[in-house]
Amino acid sequence: MMFLALQALTRAAGGGPPSTFDAAGPGAESIARLGTGLIIAAVIVFVVVVVLLVLPVLRRADGEFTPAPESDDSPRDLRWIVLGGGLVPMLILAGVFAFSLAAMREQRQPATPYQVDVIGHQWWWEVRYPNEGVTTANEIHIPAGRPVRIHLMSADVIHSFWVPQLQGKTDAITGQVNETWLQADHPGVYRGECAEFCGMQHAKMAFVVVADSPADYAVWLANQQRTAVVPTDSSALIGQNVFLSQSCSYCHTVRGTSAGSSVGPDLTHLASRRTIAAGTLDLNRGNLAAWILNPDRLKPGTKMPPVPLDGATLGALVAYLETLR
Amino acid sequence: MSAAVVQVPPAEELPRTGLGARAPGWWGMLLLCITEVSLFAYLLVAWFYLRGVSVAVASEGGHAPALALPAVLTVLLVSSSVVLRWGELGIRRGDSRRLAIALGVTIALGVAFLATQGVEYAREQLMPQTDAYWSAFYTITGIHGAHVLVGVLMLSMNLVRTLLGHFTARRHLAVQNGALYWHAVDLVWLILLVVLYLAPHFA
Amino acid sequence: MTTRAERLSAIWESPPSLYSWFATVDHKVIGMRYLVVAFVFLALGGADAALMRAQLARPENHLVSPETYNQLFTMHGTTMIFWYASPILSGFGNYLIPLMIGSRDMAFPRLNAFGFWSFLLSGALHYIGITQGIAPHTGWFAYTPLSEGAYSPGLNTEFYALALLFLTISTSAGAINFIATIFTMRAPGMSLNRMPLMMWSTLTTSASMLMSLPALSAALIFLELDRRYGFHFYDAARGGTPMLWQHLFWLFGHPWVYILILPATGMVSMMLPTFCRRRIVGYAFVAMATVSTGLIGFGVWAHHMFATGLPHVAEGFFSAASMAVSIPSAVQIFAWIATLWASRRIVRPTPMLFILGFFVLFVIGGISGVMVASVPFDWQAHDTYFVVAHLHYVLIGMNLFPVIAAFYYWLPKMTGRMLDERLGRWNFWVMFVGMNITFFPMHILGLRGMPRRIYTYAEGLGWDSLNMVETIGAYIFAFGVLLFVINVVRSRFRGAPAGDNPWQASTLEWSVSSPPPAYNFEVIPVVASRDPLWDAAPAADNPGDARILDERKETIGTSTLDAEPNRRLLMPEDSIVPLLLALALAAVFLGLLWKSVLLGAVGVAATLVFIVLWVWPGSEFPEATA
Repeated sequence: MMFLALQALTRAAGGGPPSTFDAAGPGAESIARLGTGLIIAAVIVFVVVVVLLVLPVLRRADGEFTPAPESDDSPRDLRWIVLGGGLVPMLILAGVFAFSLAAMREQRQPATPYQVDVIGHQWWWEVRYPNEGVTTANEIHIPAGRPVRIHLMSADVIHSFWVPQLQGKTDAITGQVNETWLQADHPGVYRGECAEFCGMQHAKMAFVVVADSPADYAVWLANQQRTAVVPTDSSALIGQNVFLSQSCSYCHTVRGTSAGSSVGPDLTHLASRRTIAAGTLDLNRGNLAAWILNPDRLKPGTKMPPVPLDGATLGALVAYLETLR
Repeated sequence: MSAAVVQVPPAEELPRTGLGARAPGWWGMLLLCITEVSLFAYLLVAWFYLRGVSVAVASEGGHAPALALPAVLTVLLVSSSVVLRWGELGIRRGDSRRLAIALGVTIALGVAFLATQGVEYAREQLMPQTDAYWSAFYTITGIHGAHVLVGVLMLSMNLVRTLLGHFTARRHLAVQNGALYWHAVDLVWLILLVVLYLAPHFA
Repeated sequence: MTTRAERLSAIWESPPSLYSWFATVDHKVIGMRYLVVAFVFLALGGADAALMRAQLARPENHLVSPETYNQLFTMHGTTMIFWYASPILSGFGNYLIPLMIGSRDMAFPRLNAFGFWSFLLSGALHYIGITQGIAPHTGWFAYTPLSEGAYSPGLNTEFYALALLFLTISTSAGAINFIATIFTMRAPGMSLNRMPLMMWSTLTTSASMLMSLPALSAALIFLELDRRYGFHFYDAARGGTPMLWQHLFWLFGHPWVYILILPATGMVSMMLPTFCRRRIVGYAFVAMATVSTGLIGFGVWAHHMFATGLPHVAEGFFSAASMAVSIPSAVQIFAWIATLWASRRIVRPTPMLFILGFFVLFVIGGISGVMVASVPFDWQAHDTYFVVAHLHYVLIGMNLFPVIAAFYYWLPKMTGRMLDERLGRWNFWVMFVGMNITFFPMHILGLRGMPRRIYTYAEGLGWDSLNMVETIGAYIFAFGVLLFVINVVRSRFRGAPAGDNPWQASTLEWSVSSPPPAYNFEVIPVVASRDPLWDAAPAADNPGDARILDERKETIGTSTLDAEPNRRLLMPEDSIVPLLLALALAAVFLGLLWKSVLLGAVGVAATLVFIVLWVWPGSEFPEATA
């Protein structure tokens, strides 16, 4: 009970359990229907077979090994094998196969003008909107109620792109572009994660899919297309200087500044995102500061090096990052 | 279940020999050959797969291979199999001199094969590190060459043993097995010839 | 005048000495060693799993580091799949097959010894890494490019690749030996259609090994060439592709699954008739189902790759093939069901309990297998704990449970002492309950979105409680395995004497003493039915025929189809060369590992020398090899 209550609570908070049976889009829904059918068939088959196996053992139990066992040949018993081992399973499997081919057909990608390119990195997701010229990371905004085509690529090893509530998984494979699609029926936040083992921090390579109402989506897109805001606050100005003069700009881009490297996530609108380090931490002052000082402590093996800064400098840098909405 | 009982003859009537088809030693070598041929089958699966997906391999690394040296290689290996067969038929009649000659010639042809393959490698400008095509080309032909080398060593030992008089008409399982292995390696070469050398010319 | 038994003992027994401990070629000794060493690997792999379950008991746990966790799950998988599940079956095969077919040894006893030593040494090589904290860490499937030099520098992956290449040599040697033995050394009269069913599963398995292991070897050779010499097989930037690894790996990997379960189902088909007190129903069906499972097993590899963007037509084909492979399994299950129903009396000692447990787990694992063979369902279930649940039901259910049943059943033959029934029942129920508590919830977790191979997970994703339950279950299960070990140790000291045939079973191994004499059979039996001990003895002991062979170390060779006697086979004496050859190969692999040209060259030279020594005819038996 407590477990269920907790689940309900976390769902209300927007980060619910990413259950495949809690489908929120047509892709996951059709698979959940198939899954339900399979589970019902599985339970029936299991019960029938186990009863057939256990019943004679219970009924004919005898503790003795007698030296003269029966060994009459009884071709009548072969009917068990022909029916139970051949005919019936073939019928069931034909049904299952037809059912899953039908579900496969439902998975065909609908025509859509929306496209997002997702590139897996060790251990974060680069997200590009090729038609809109937007680059972000670990957070994919889509318009609710519309199918969105996803092109999957990898910058290094093989990853797998999976949003359990929306769609089955597709691998992001080195040297190959794979395609899948997402559709969320209603606005909401859906957890996604890497499903192919990709090295040390495979466990911390999550992302979120945010389905916005069409109006919100347009607003979000317009904001993302802008270059970074120019800081006005003095502390943020100092922070920007730190960002550009320290090692940050070796790896990150902030559009509108001289920082233009694409090794790490694009930070132009960092503060508009919900989490940092691929879903590892909520985005807030304290986490940002802790992450910058020693990322390896929070996500051992991460490619981001520690940036040793004194308190004041760090404060200014974080203040700057927080302006990047 | 009732069936006729198999009659077991007296011990003296059962030959003490491991020779001939379907004896344990024959099965052993045959199965070894099957697993080695399977290895080459998978190497060729890899070759075809790379051709299918990769531009670098589909274009055969830029050119189809020259055929002069492969022709020499083929003649060497095929003739060696024929010679070896001749020697094997000899020892079946107890002619160990003929076997020794055949083994000597086969070994010489095998060594010539390896030397020619060395020349082919040396002439080739491109290295296995160039791209996946050359990686696969060198690896497949190299693994085949390694099998030829193993065959040469096997036959060399049989030659020494022939000269020491180990083999008679009734006892020459090692000769039989060595020949089986050699023919299998030869067969694999013919497949490689078609796939790696000839096919690109018809692509 | 010595008796026949004394003469045979003098010929076949090794004198007790340190030398003969290393040099023995007796299939029973080698089989027992396989069983012991494979069980040690089971314990090691189990320890890896116990640590993993402890780490996953709570969210955001810090018991082990991510790197350690990745090494643990890699070692767990490779250890269980390669150094436990297959070798333990080789152990039973080595010990039992010559006894079941009425032979005095395997076809190639020295190759048998070599297979064991190289299995042991390859396992040791594999475990060097973890003692240094640099164990393999890219999963048992070692997908490229993660396992390539750019992403896995260092020796970790080298241990994996080289130890596996070494092991394939051992396994291939074993497979060749099993086939040659079954094809040439069956007792006179044991035609193919009278063979015990375990022979069919061993033949199928061995043939599958010989034809699937080269795919792994090829994949590993490519990987090593890429890693060490800058080749480009898996390098997408230079014309290669990481998908090549996946195809080769699963071309090997899926037949391998059947290699791990078919011998076990074969053992079940041997044990079940004993407890049902009647012949198995549908012998031919079971034999053909076994063979066809092995065959179809080669056509299903891409069902591990439904999420890689294969063409949908291909996915449909592999989905259909993967479902079709469950038909022969259904045939086997229903042959067992038919046997149970056709039986008037069923005896239920501990091995029968484990067989019943196996049935239940087999059905669950088989059904979840059909579910993941459905492509769209697999898009959700793939690489989640659902698959972890499925594969453990398959491997624990269809390998470990039959194996434990087989220990309860055949260990009395091997040691002469029974295992304890009361403890056995506890053993079964603790393992069965622990197994289900551990692995059943994983189905649910997977469908709730928990991916595999993650070292930790955030709180509040709905995964916390079930993970705790699984961890508790895992420790219950481990306790069950411990009960088995206790039972085995106890039986050594206090086990009731077994007698020749404690279960009144039907096959030839039960006709000799427990433990069997070094020469197995004083008189090589003649067989006229599938259940020779249940049917009247076909021929009296006729001292005039060739079934005695008590002058030299000999046994009868028979024809492949009808098992008509056609030769006397001289068996080799004890030899230290198999061990030396395995050590020489170990030196070659260590040389490759450490990039030591000297060690490698010494290893190659020693290998050649020992091969020459091996095939050189011994002075005592010039005919033995020539």
